[in-house]
Amino acid sequence: MGEGKMDKPLTKNIRPDRAFATLADYESTGGYQGLRTAITQLQPKEVQQWVKDAGLRGRGGAGFGTGLKWSMVPMETPQTRYMIANADEMEPGTFKDRMLMEQDPHQLIEGLIIAAYAIQAPIAYIFLRGEYHVARQRLEHALLEARFKGYLGEHILNSDFNVNIILHTGAGRYICGEETAMLNALEGKRATPRAKPPFPLVSGLWGKPTVVNNVETLCNVPHILHYGVTWYQGLGRGADKGSKLFGVSGRVNYPGLWELPLGIPIREIFENYAGGMRDGYKLRGFLPGGASTDFLLPEHLDVIMDYEAVAKAGSRLGTGMLIVLDDRTCPVKMVLNLEQFFAQESCGWCTPCRDGLPWTITLLKDIIAGKGRREDLDTLSGLTRMLGPGNTFCALAPGAMEPLQSALKYFRDDFERYIVDKSVLKESV
Amino acid sequence: MVRIEIDGHAYTVPDGGNLLAACLSLGLDLPYFCWHPALGSAGACRQCAIIQYKDAQDKRGKLVMACMTPVADAMRISLDAEQARQFRRDNIELLMTNHPHDCPVCEEGGECHLQDMTVMTGHGYRRYRGLKRTHHNQNLGPFIKHEMNRCIACYRCLRFYDDYAGGKDLQVLGMHNNVYFGRFEDGALENEFSGNLVEVCPTGVFTDKTFSAHYARKWDLQSAPSLCVHCGLGCNTAPGERYGQLRRIINRYHSEVNGYFLCDRGRFGYGFVNSPERIRKPKLKGYPDMTADTAESYFRNLLKTAKPAIGIGSPRASLEANFALRSLVGEENFFLGLDDTEQVLLNTIVELMRNGGIHSPSLREVEQADAVLILGENLTHSAPRLALSVRQAARRAAFELAATLHVLPWQDAAVRNVAGQAVTPVFIASVAATRLDDVATNTYRGSPEDIARLGFAIAHRLDPSAPAPAALGDAEQALASTIADRLKQAKRPLIVSGTACVNLAVIQAAYNVAKALPSTDKQLTFTVPECNSLGLAMIGGQSLAQAFERVGNGLTETVVILENDLYRRAPTRNVDLFLQLADHVVVLDSLNNKTTEHAELLLPTSTFAEAEGTLVNNEGRAQRYFPIYPETDAVRGAWQWLTRMIDNPPWRHHDALTAACAHALPELGAIVRAGPTADYTVKGSKIPRQPHRYSGRTALYADIAVSEAGQPEDKETPFAFSMEGDTAQVPPALLPVLWAPGWNSNQAVNKFNREAGEQSGARLIEAAGTLPWFSDIPTEFTPTPGRWRIMPLPHIFGTEELSLHSPPLLERAPPFCVLLSPLDAENLGVHNGDAVEIGSLAGTLIMKIPLRLEPSLPFGLLGITSGWPAFQSLKAGSQVTLKKPSQEGSL
Amino acid sequence: MKKPFFTGLSAAEIEEINAEIEHYPDKAAVAIEALKIVQKYRRWISDDSLIALAELLDIAPAQLEAVATFYNLIYRQPVGKTVIHYCNSVTCWMLGSDQVSEHLCRHLKIELGETSADGKYTVLPSVCLGACDHAPVLMVEDQLLLDVNEKTINGIFER
Ligand SMILES: Cc1cc2nc3c(=O)[nH]c(=O)nc-3n(C[C@H](O)[C@H](O)[C@H](O)COP(=O)(O)O)c2cc1C
Ligand code: SF4
Ligand code: FES
Repeated sequence: MGEGKMDKPLTKNIRPDRAFATLADYESTGGYQGLRTAITQLQPKEVQQWVKDAGLRGRGGAGFGTGLKWSMVPMETPQTRYMIANADEMEPGTFKDRMLMEQDPHQLIEGLIIAAYAIQAPIAYIFLRGEYHVARQRLEHALLEARFKGYLGEHILNSDFNVNIILHTGAGRYICGEETAMLNALEGKRATPRAKPPFPLVSGLWGKPTVVNNVETLCNVPHILHYGVTWYQGLGRGADKGSKLFGVSGRVNYPGLWELPLGIPIREIFENYAGGMRDGYKLRGFLPGGASTDFLLPEHLDVIMDYEAVAKAGSRLGTGMLIVLDDRTCPVKMVLNLEQFFAQESCGWCTPCRDGLPWTITLLKDIIAGKGRREDLDTLSGLTRMLGPGNTFCALAPGAMEPLQSALKYFRDDFERYIVDKSVLKESV
Repeated sequence: MVRIEIDGHAYTVPDGGNLLAACLSLGLDLPYFCWHPALGSAGACRQCAIIQYKDAQDKRGKLVMACMTPVADAMRISLDAEQARQFRRDNIELLMTNHPHDCPVCEEGGECHLQDMTVMTGHGYRRYRGLKRTHHNQNLGPFIKHEMNRCIACYRCLRFYDDYAGGKDLQVLGMHNNVYFGRFEDGALENEFSGNLVEVCPTGVFTDKTFSAHYARKWDLQSAPSLCVHCGLGCNTAPGERYGQLRRIINRYHSEVNGYFLCDRGRFGYGFVNSPERIRKPKLKGYPDMTADTAESYFRNLLKTAKPAIGIGSPRASLEANFALRSLVGEENFFLGLDDTEQVLLNTIVELMRNGGIHSPSLREVEQADAVLILGENLTHSAPRLALSVRQAARRAAFELAATLHVLPWQDAAVRNVAGQAVTPVFIASVAATRLDDVATNTYRGSPEDIARLGFAIAHRLDPSAPAPAALGDAEQALASTIADRLKQAKRPLIVSGTACVNLAVIQAAYNVAKALPSTDKQLTFTVPECNSLGLAMIGGQSLAQAFERVGNGLTETVVILENDLYRRAPTRNVDLFLQLADHVVVLDSLNNKTTEHAELLLPTSTFAEAEGTLVNNEGRAQRYFPIYPETDAVRGAWQWLTRMIDNPPWRHHDALTAACAHALPELGAIVRAGPTADYTVKGSKIPRQPHRYSGRTALYADIAVSEAGQPEDKETPFAFSMEGDTAQVPPALLPVLWAPGWNSNQAVNKFNREAGEQSGARLIEAAGTLPWFSDIPTEFTPTPGRWRIMPLPHIFGTEELSLHSPPLLERAPPFCVLLSPLDAENLGVHNGDAVEIGSLAGTLIMKIPLRLEPSLPFGLLGITSGWPAFQSLKAGSQVTLKKPSQEGSL
Repeated sequence: MKKPFFTGLSAAEIEEINAEIEHYPDKAAVAIEALKIVQKYRRWISDDSLIALAELLDIAPAQLEAVATFYNLIYRQPVGKTVIHYCNSVTCWMLGSDQVSEHLCRHLKIELGETSADGKYTVLPSVCLGACDHAPVLMVEDQLLLDVNEKTINGIFER
């Protein structure tokens, strides 16, 4: 195990040639040691406590404390409990979980087994989006290896803990990533979300207590168990603990993905890692954490990537994957593209989302086609409030409104140009 | 009860409910779509938004969905806050982006929940300029019209049809704003409760096709509280009339009986009222045209014969009509007019209800049962609405498990999510597969004897002092033990049986099981075939066989038959003989049938739609129905014809007749409380049958006469054939049309829920006493080679007499065929669809008919649709031979 | 209308589906998986396959249709031998996915969503394929193509 890699626990096995770490590779850098610690030295409650103390927060977007989530699972009931890895990564602009699964599949598997141990779940699922074929093959392979080596299955590491992991591949729908919709998808139903309460922690898959965690979240877990809480807390630079995968896509010099400490300034990611804008392009703004986060502007580059700091700047850390808007891309059209995605992926259950998103598209298209009216911008603003948090059945629609509401704020001129001075109509994208 | 504050006013509301239900029952206007009192909350439509405040200091509050928010003590909410109002207005605007605004041509117009809510929220101006999505509509069969473009995707149809009624063929298809509620392909909706979609859908996606065929706006329909006459359960209905025609039937909420839902027979079986087969004038053989007066004097003369006339009553006539006949001919000359076997069964049921000591539950109570045993019934066909209630009982364990997770019963999806782990024991022992098998934990198939034996075995296992069947098979013994053990653990076990098997031992076995159960909250219910079967049995009288004997022995000259087609009750030969031997046959009926053909004097009587009366349902609840519109031509209530035959009748009005009946038969004493008397007024006036927006009254019959005829007077009931009168103070149970300001749709019922919950009708029998064990245990059924036993199987669309006159219903009738087990067919060398010859034991050919294989049917039985006219010659339990028709067509 | 020829399911399909059923508490739960299995063998789900599958799973065709029409990757219409998904989500769109799809369609002489006349290719849009750092991207059957340009596209058809 190379000590130098200690600040990049998640990606230490990830190689530039995109080959994947076999079990032997994985073990050679301390793999399955965390599992050993958990199972042979700790009680499930203690594992929960370690993860809580480490300060790990969910990487799936909402940032909920992982240890806290686990500790809310009723452990005294005789019911089966389920552990699920959310590997449905479908948020536009997000490509982190795919890399983790394709290149170091055992990391997820170990994390999942430890999580299952922490909540005493005999069955764990990996809900993998159907389009991730390479990840599927590699996970299948790694699962066989782990089973063969006694990390998975019955009497894990000679303990009396048993867990079976089922790799489930989806049939394509963004909403499947929403944890309650995912439960319905796993049950073979239409993936419409479920009402909360009751939370899946109490009544989830088949009505039984269920925890859903993001792939990246789970990948942190083995290291917390292996290297300890104090070490883990040392990884973050700001208020939040640990390292995180950050990525950048768009017209930058080096689009890509890097493991960096939480709390790193956005500028550092953008300039040092992504290499700034390509020649001839200027930065107009960016979505800091995937398609369902608010735009930020160049003036926000010094904001640090930390849940609260990004929130204070008016957006969300989300998935930590930046989507860059350059000065030659029309923000109105970019928003239209985003809303088309959300409208298409709306599950059709609740009114504001099902009927509101198509209306935003009609309006945006009208505007872009030069048929917009001034009051359309008020209608759009009204829709962003209407489809805001708490108003819809799940968080899809509020997420969809984040880029729109911030675009209306920051790029209002671009909208108005279409409506008032139609010269823009002659320009291309 | 908890105290909550709504817009600054304090209210007390029941604990455990949600805010939407609470607000509505307080009479407050809060729009909603996806919620339904019986289906619970879904949170999908987002229409019921309100503001909830943390505490008195909190002035901003938070937007929440009322239907998803449990009521809690000291809660502070606002319906009026501008933020909430705007959200609700905007939400409707979104729903409307795809709505076609075709109200003028939409059957829902004027009673449309979407219209009401749109007006209520104040959305009146369209900002949306885009295209509207359009859908293809499906042909959903004879009952329901489909117009998907009107859909607002509230999911209520699905939640009723699928989740509540167990239908499988209507689903939500597609995604995002392209969701489609329909079938896999065109075709009749399969579920027997599909008609409720008409009322459950808040707009005009699912409308009543039979109503469309002779449509009138809701506000132009005249109505009165009424009852369904198509089975023994007594569901409450609100029929609608225009131009002297019955236009439709909708549900009338009754908290104890049918709740919010009817079955399709009850809703679409009304065609008989308008049928060309209706008898409108008195007829004397040989004298086609006869006035009512002449008919009366003729009738009077026939009663003056030397030998006393006899009267034959009817299970589809009211208590009062039967009692009037009994009074006319005298108790000793009154016969019930039932099939002889059926009379024994009904008498037994009445005896068990009277003295068996076990509670007979209402349908609402059925839904609370936590374990169910059904002996010998395919409920969906013999007592449809009861099947829907048992289906709800099957969810009891899910509700209980949910409660341990602090999930409230109205949190619908959450309750369903735990349902897989919570199994309510439902055991079904029946002759063939039933429509409730999907919720059954165990099913058993056997002949009626075998079903009875299983029942006796269960009782014995529960209580060793109950007699045990001899030589029971191991499998049956094991099943009996399983069932007994599960029933024993139940707090509110329910035993269901009835007359469908045409077998006394089945009924007795059901009683033994119920008696043997340890629970004090146990319930026992029996299905009965017709709307007043139980009432007639309670009046009591001699059997049809005895009536035949009277005539056969020459002891009577005149026979008066009240609303009864005797050919449905006894073998054709016997009835033929009886009607020939009688010197004079007077028949009172509303529709032509085989018996009316033999009448010397035929008197036209009104149907339920034009008369009043009291019926007793299977629960033992007496309920009153009132005329929807006045009789026309020479049609009269049967009781009126009969009363006029009595010299100095002790009653002149229907109320007095009811009272006389109650007085003469003390067990029926409470029927006087089953409904209001004619002198009941509200603020000095009668209750209007017509909505206050009833239109065109002066022009209604302008093609006949330009001067407006005065409104017919109704001396018999507290209702007026008019729109005048104040309805605000009328108890909801008596309101012909539920309406509240702003609530033109049937959802107005939710504004009355508290009061409409008040029971109407009167229970006549309460559990008392106990009876000894029945010990007449049949031996197991062993088929005789070469012989088959006739096994009538009820069918929702094929069995009941009156509904067979409804053409849309006939389209859904079972195919004309007999059912045979595949093994029997194989032995005979016949296949599905082949014709077979049914012969008597003597070898004479009875009929040639196609065959359908029914894998669930035990061998040795030949299944026929009970009540189907073509099968009148095949009596339950009789034996026949079966033959493959010879190749050459040997005739 | 006459019922089309009823195809039923093959032994291999049934075996694979039955193996999946073992993982679930009830047959209906395997619906999505089963649709994917049948699609693997037949490329798409015809009405007949759907009816046959519903029968195998003991559910009504409408119940299976409700599931089938919810998901993107279940095809209820015939597709070509090779399905080309091009990503049209935000980063790919910025970096030229419209040109990619136009090029594909022009080359195959089809409209988006159609199958080429020779039955070989179908072009469908896809949501973000999770490779935005290499936008624009395509997925040709199971294989991801990164940093796509006209040359790479033409390469698909030369294979
Ligand atoms: C519309 C929608 C899509 C989502 N998609 C994903 C996803 O693809 N992957 C993911 O991990 N979480 C996704 N989430 C978040 C999950 O619901 C859930 O919060 C997360 O999996 C919890 O894991 P964590 O606590 O480890 O972050 C999505 C949420 C919403 C509302
Ligand atoms: S916001 Fe509503 S319609 Fe949109 S995905 Fe969530 S539940 Fe479905
Ligand atoms: S009635 Fe409350 S959300 Fe539909």
